[in-house]
Amino acid sequence: MTAVLPESRAADPPDVILRVDHVTKRFGGLVAVDDVSFDVRRGEIFALIGPNGAGKTTLFNGITGIFPPTTGRVLFQDREITGARPHQVAALGIARTFQNIRLFEYMSALDNVRLGQHCRMHAKLWDSLFKTPAERREELAVTERAMELLKFVDIERFTHTYARNLPYGSQRRLEIARALATRPSLLLLDEPAAGFTPQEKVELMGLVHKIVENGITVFLIEHDMRVVMGVSRRIVVLDHGEKIAEGTPEQVRNDQRVIEAYLGKQH
Amino acid sequence: MSAISQFWRTGPRRDPNTIAYIVLIVVGALAPIFLQLFLGGTATFWLTVFADMGVYILLAIGLNVVVGFAGLLDLGYAAFFAIGAYTYAFLASEHGIVTPLHEAFHVPFWIVLLVAMFVAASFGLILGAPTLRLRGDYLAIVTLGFGEIVPRVFKNASVWTSGANGVSALDIPALPVWIQGPWSGDPFAIVQDFKILAPLAYYVIMFVLLILCVILVRNLHSSRLGRAWMAVREDEVAAAAMGVNTVATKLYAFAIGAAFSGFAGTYYAAKLSLVSPENFGFSVSITILVMVVLGGMGNIAGVIIGSTVIYSVIFIFLPQLPDYATSFVQSVGLSGLTQSSGDYPGIGEFISRLKFLVFGLILVVVMLLRPQGLLPSRQREQELQKGVHEDTTIVDVTAETA
Repeated sequence: MTAVLPESRAADPPDVILRVDHVTKRFGGLVAVDDVSFDVRRGEIFALIGPNGAGKTTLFNGITGIFPPTTGRVLFQDREITGARPHQVAALGIARTFQNIRLFEYMSALDNVRLGQHCRMHAKLWDSLFKTPAERREELAVTERAMELLKFVDIERFTHTYARNLPYGSQRRLEIARALATRPSLLLLDEPAAGFTPQEKVELMGLVHKIVENGITVFLIEHDMRVVMGVSRRIVVLDHGEKIAEGTPEQVRNDQRVIEAYLGKQH
Repeated sequence: MSAISQFWRTGPRRDPNTIAYIVLIVVGALAPIFLQLFLGGTATFWLTVFADMGVYILLAIGLNVVVGFAGLLDLGYAAFFAIGAYTYAFLASEHGIVTPLHEAFHVPFWIVLLVAMFVAASFGLILGAPTLRLRGDYLAIVTLGFGEIVPRVFKNASVWTSGANGVSALDIPALPVWIQGPWSGDPFAIVQDFKILAPLAYYVIMFVLLILCVILVRNLHSSRLGRAWMAVREDEVAAAAMGVNTVATKLYAFAIGAAFSGFAGTYYAAKLSLVSPENFGFSVSITILVMVVLGGMGNIAGVIIGSTVIYSVIFIFLPQLPDYATSFVQSVGLSGLTQSSGDYPGIGEFISRLKFLVFGLILVVVMLLRPQGLLPSRQREQELQKGVHEDTTIVDVTAETA
């Protein structure tokens, strides 16, 4: 797990799972994301970094349909999803977490994760009204899977606790479990380690690797460059809405514009 | 004693709903027998009152789906009630003759119950589809408007509805023939009996309807749809990002809530044998909302208790208040107060004018003492304790959100 990842799987064809194609997002006169393009490849941990206000979360919102891009296209598994509504995006297989945790605070951890499976369930109004055997079976299966996911992110001790009463770090993990419950093939994590101690960050990155090992592509936003350098093979850097660099951690670290825009101020 | 006051202040640790349901069912089932035993002649009067109370309980259960489960503030709920009632008026009376159709329909009560459910649900969808994109206060205003428009339409479309006079002489429900058969060689004799025992029969019908509806709503609450309602209520953006079609989910709540209202409307019209636009005003919508909030939003047993209490206060206690006041002043030897003089109308009339002040005071006192409602859902209870565990959630308010 801690082994250094190979620089690139040279033999593999670039199997693109998500293509962001000349995406621009304007809010009135403000250009939050300016003509950004990049590809996320299947099975990798891809990172988006940049200083505060660089447009990282805006880009996530554009991909997941919360605020559709002004111009440009988003393709997921060779399918255009630009302008699709959030629940459709989720059903197609993109799940996300939020930078400022958005759990269902007054639902138990278990219910949060069960809710995540909503779009994979089949019970119709009729089934729900009359608690048909099929509905009961489905609820059982959903509960079982929710327990597994809580165990997977290591917070099963909070199964019946209200989400808001969980410790901060566990809330972030619960959000990941809820996102995984939608059975995504691409998981977007918006600053999953924000507010974490270095030790917690290491543990979280362990979890991210575990997720990737399960065949899910991870695309994460991170503020702390050191964290990203350790896990991602490819990184895109945004600044003031523009893509200023893309490449391996080595390349990004040595990029003059990145140093000026980002690292220069930090170090 | 302290245990009881503890219970009152903080709410029970364990889910008290099972006890509440058992008590409600036992009381409901035994009420007719006890009324007959203790009150004799006036028992039928009280059965009628309880059956009317059932209408409001049914309405409150339906509104609870919209307000309590899905968190949509609906201030025009009485509109669907009116639609259900008028559906019965059109489908089960001679009224059709005077409309441009020139034909009367006499569809059996039991079938109209189902029809009205679908008609009201359809209107719920029609109102909901364009408006459910609105949030909070805006939705409340639109539903308020709808609640005002519907009775006005029934009042002014007099060619179809006889306007303010309403529609009267609606069909009296009869038991379906297949129920009459088994225990009687002469089905018509049972129809006779049925009509003589009408108050009891209406009571039983309402009791059965209520049990049925509570079971269905409870099923919904613990289902995929119920979870989606809760999620939408808490955080619409997060719910959508987790794959919940928020518009469809809210529409379901609206339509199902409306369906209950249509159900209640049909029963109400059949029992009263009369519908008039005056019966479905804004005050009805607000009364039902008060029942839901005071009983404990989101909790079915709480809502039933809330509507029982509010109904008793509005329709039983308040109307008798002037009499109580009159006999009170007489018993303490101040009979002079009962006479009117100048601007003073006499104690009875005086108190009667203060009825709604008293009602308001009761509401304020209850909500102050028990803001979470009489028997709240666990979520509501938690929400009202907000601040106690505030430190467990760290929200970066400066974080970029757009």
